[in-house]
Amino acid sequence: MNSLDAAFSALADPTRRAILARLAKGEATVNELAEPFEMTQPAISQHLKVLEDAGLIVRRVEGTKRPRRLAKAGIEAMDQWLAMLRKALAKNYDRLDEVLAGMEKHKRGEKR
Amino acid sequence: MSKMTLKTEGDTQVIVTRRFTAPPEAVYRAHTDPKLIQKWLLGPEGWTMPVCINEAKPGGKIRYEWTNAKGHGFHVTGEYVELEPYTKIVHIERMHMPDATPDNRIETRFVADGNGTLMTMRMTLPDAQTRAAMLATGMERGMEASYLRLEEMI
Repeated sequence: MNSLDAAFSALADPTRRAILARLAKGEATVNELAEPFEMTQPAISQHLKVLEDAGLIVRRVEGTKRPRRLAKAGIEAMDQWLAMLRKALAKNYDRLDEVLAGMEKHKRGEKR
Repeated sequence: MSKMTLKTEGDTQVIVTRRFTAPPEAVYRAHTDPKLIQKWLLGPEGWTMPVCINEAKPGGKIRYEWTNAKGHGFHVTGEYVELEPYTKIVHIERMHMPDATPDNRIETRFVADGNGTLMTMRMTLPDAQTRAAMLATGMERGMEASYLRLEEMI
């Protein structure tokens, strides 16, 4: 069983998060994954190994290809960081609510 | 029910809506006045924005720099395309992490809604791959990043 720590440390890298986001849309080969990132295949393979060791992705054998897809833990990790993003955005707008309330108070104060 | 919604549309767009209990004029100002932006556009707890350049005019520059207590930081640069006071803002932005991400074109509309405002932010990325990468890098930022649910991504 892979620890949550391994998953989080694997997710600390933006390229690896981008790879996961790509895999969330469906299975992909190393070549397909390497192309949009303008990275060499060995560099991508290294990232894939980290993700694999963390239990976030799995590989399948298809002839000479080894397409990767999200593992269950990968899907859960994606869910978690999407929830974090949603929370951070919601936090911004909660702060904006306070800023707006402050502006309104200031305006009323000026009129008095 | 949550005041905020977010979803993806087509292959390249992300749409966020949020209601505010303030008039469009105030919400628009909070999006264009650097002193106000620095108070709320901060993402996760613990981040601050020591540099906020925001020239709210067509062609005007945007530069936001964020930092946290651990000394981590990143910045966003961009330009204004179009402004219609208090109803519409169109701007381009890119994140530097440190390499610049492809341009994100963001159209933000403010519409009076009862006593308040309905804001709709429509982000358009060059392609599906860029959107996926933006959603992924948005983890630190937690702003215009992804708000879509996993089932919508698959």
